[in-house]
Amino acid sequence: MNVQTWTYIIVGITFALYIGIAIWSRAGSTKDFYVAGGGVSPLANGLATAADWMSAASFLGMAGIISFTGYDGSVYLMGWTGGYVLLALLLAPYLRKFGKFTVPDFIGDRYYSNLARTVAVICAVIVSFTYVAGQMRGVGLVFSRFLEVEVNAGVLIGMVIVLFYAVLGGMKGITYTQVAQYCVLIFAFMVPAIFISIQMTGNPIPQLGFGADLVGEEISLLDKLDGLSKDLGFSQYTNGSKPKIDVFFITAALMVGTAGLPHVIVRFFTVPKVKDARKSAGYALLFIAILYTTAPAVAVFARTNLIETVSEHPYKEMPDWFSKWEKTGLIEFEDKNEDGKIQYVADKETNELTVDRDIMVLANPEIANLPNWVIALVAAGGLAAALSTAAGLLLVISTSISHDLVKKQLRPNISDKGELVIARLSAVGAVCIAGYFGINPPDFVAATVALAFGLAAASFFPAIVLGIFSKRMNKQGAISGMLVGILLMLFYMTKFKFGWFGGGTENDYFLGISPEGFGTVAMLANFIVAILVSSFYKAPPQDIQELVEEIRIPSGAKDAVSH
Amino acid sequence: MAVSDKAKKYWKTNLRYLSILLAIWFLVSYGFGILLKEQLDTIKLGGFKLGFWFAQQGSIIVFVLLIFIYVYLMNRLDKKYGFNE
Repeated sequence: MNVQTWTYIIVGITFALYIGIAIWSRAGSTKDFYVAGGGVSPLANGLATAADWMSAASFLGMAGIISFTGYDGSVYLMGWTGGYVLLALLLAPYLRKFGKFTVPDFIGDRYYSNLARTVAVICAVIVSFTYVAGQMRGVGLVFSRFLEVEVNAGVLIGMVIVLFYAVLGGMKGITYTQVAQYCVLIFAFMVPAIFISIQMTGNPIPQLGFGADLVGEEISLLDKLDGLSKDLGFSQYTNGSKPKIDVFFITAALMVGTAGLPHVIVRFFTVPKVKDARKSAGYALLFIAILYTTAPAVAVFARTNLIETVSEHPYKEMPDWFSKWEKTGLIEFEDKNEDGKIQYVADKETNELTVDRDIMVLANPEIANLPNWVIALVAAGGLAAALSTAAGLLLVISTSISHDLVKKQLRPNISDKGELVIARLSAVGAVCIAGYFGINPPDFVAATVALAFGLAAASFFPAIVLGIFSKRMNKQGAISGMLVGILLMLFYMTKFKFGWFGGGTENDYFLGISPEGFGTVAMLANFIVAILVSSFYKAPPQDIQELVEEIRIPSGAKDAVSH
Repeated sequence: MAVSDKAKKYWKTNLRYLSILLAIWFLVSYGFGILLKEQLDTIKLGGFKLGFWFAQQGSIIVFVLLIFIYVYLMNRLDKKYGFNE
């Protein structure tokens, strides 16, 4: 059977599975819709968090970026895993003890202020939309290549599926579909990785093959790739080219951003007890680490394979996959010196090949000549990753509107049923806006996501950490900190990404820190402003200080409630 | 012990655990993977340069261990102070 038939079959089966789960786990109340009834086991929550977390960027984009940037790509590996340590140690157990539905809930109550709540809602919505845009683009990419439909039609199909289970099932539907999606995506990621690892190094464990010698050669894979990169004028794979300060700041921004992402935090509201929250953060990172320790191996395999297949080889002899990807415009070849061979080099003047980094994971099994069903499986995995994350984000957006705005501020007397209707309607609205971003995508997948992290790091993380670890922190401090953090981040991002406020180039970066790493600076600014401003105003009221003492003790966590 | 006394002691021990675990967290990623990378790269671990290995493999493995160690420590602490359920 050809790739396309296989893809229709495998993608069809997985979609049927997601829809089946959605029908089985319909939400009956707002509690079901917001926190899956609060009875999710730590293991299931760990699986769901891993799928929620690993987006199109992790699955499709990350190995590709590492493949092209080598050591510099480590920022994503450390950044997107190290945040879970912060989450497990500094946030998840306390927020679970606090026992409400959303992050703005915590901010609003802890800082006894609807203004703080509104600022948090705005931050949550900006962060989630920035992030969801990348997911929809991932869905479109997979559809256009494997099912040969228009990118836009692909986005629309993705929207309908997400709409179906997010609107019907809310958090409950999302949780159980995410468990299934984790299984699909990890299987889809590991199978080709194991195949290729055996092919290239004879070792079935990619994490070990990564550091092994090549089959039939006396040289380790990494040394070989370092040599190849150097010969072609690229910087050595294991060294990278970003300044150290930027690597440091980007890693920190991604870590802190991870811990501050509302769609990840809310997952910890769904387990029964405080100790379950800690444990499920551990499970989540374990499941994430399986993919994250494999991805850099895949990156090295793919890079070596690509160079060996194309470099100095005649264009006419290129395998099938080359022309297929050429059709999508994601691989481009221009024979500048008209020798009929492909010169793939670092020098822009003489380089003849451009490869979109987003396609590396999708193209990898084809480059390595794996069977068709494996290629189809990767397509299904990419869709699982994008859909699971999109659903989690859409839930945050709809909850922010129905719960944090309507219920908590505009119409406090609304019935549970009424709130549920509004939650569902806002989910529909959010899907439509996300679809718009998917059809008009900004930048490539991982970069948009990286910016969402900067925003999350700059806004939520300090407000939540201070709210737990400092009894003295008051609303004036927290609100001004969040505002300074997010405005600073937005300013820097729009200045260098969209050319607003006079624009600028890399030479104008503050201390050489790119917009991706600026979240760390904005986060520090948030902390400093919050602490300074809070010292000018009086300590929070007694009942708030008691609340802080209360959330520090794990026993007696009640079910998540709205009041 | 009064409840508030217990809570204070519990919190203090928790903060001590946090600072030790976070110090390790910082060391393996920002330390070994970024700041000291060049120095560690002179050491080879199989086919890996050690600094590069920490940046792309080792730090992640340590992160997972850190969380499970924290879970273990806190469960023990909860029991000691009777905050377990």
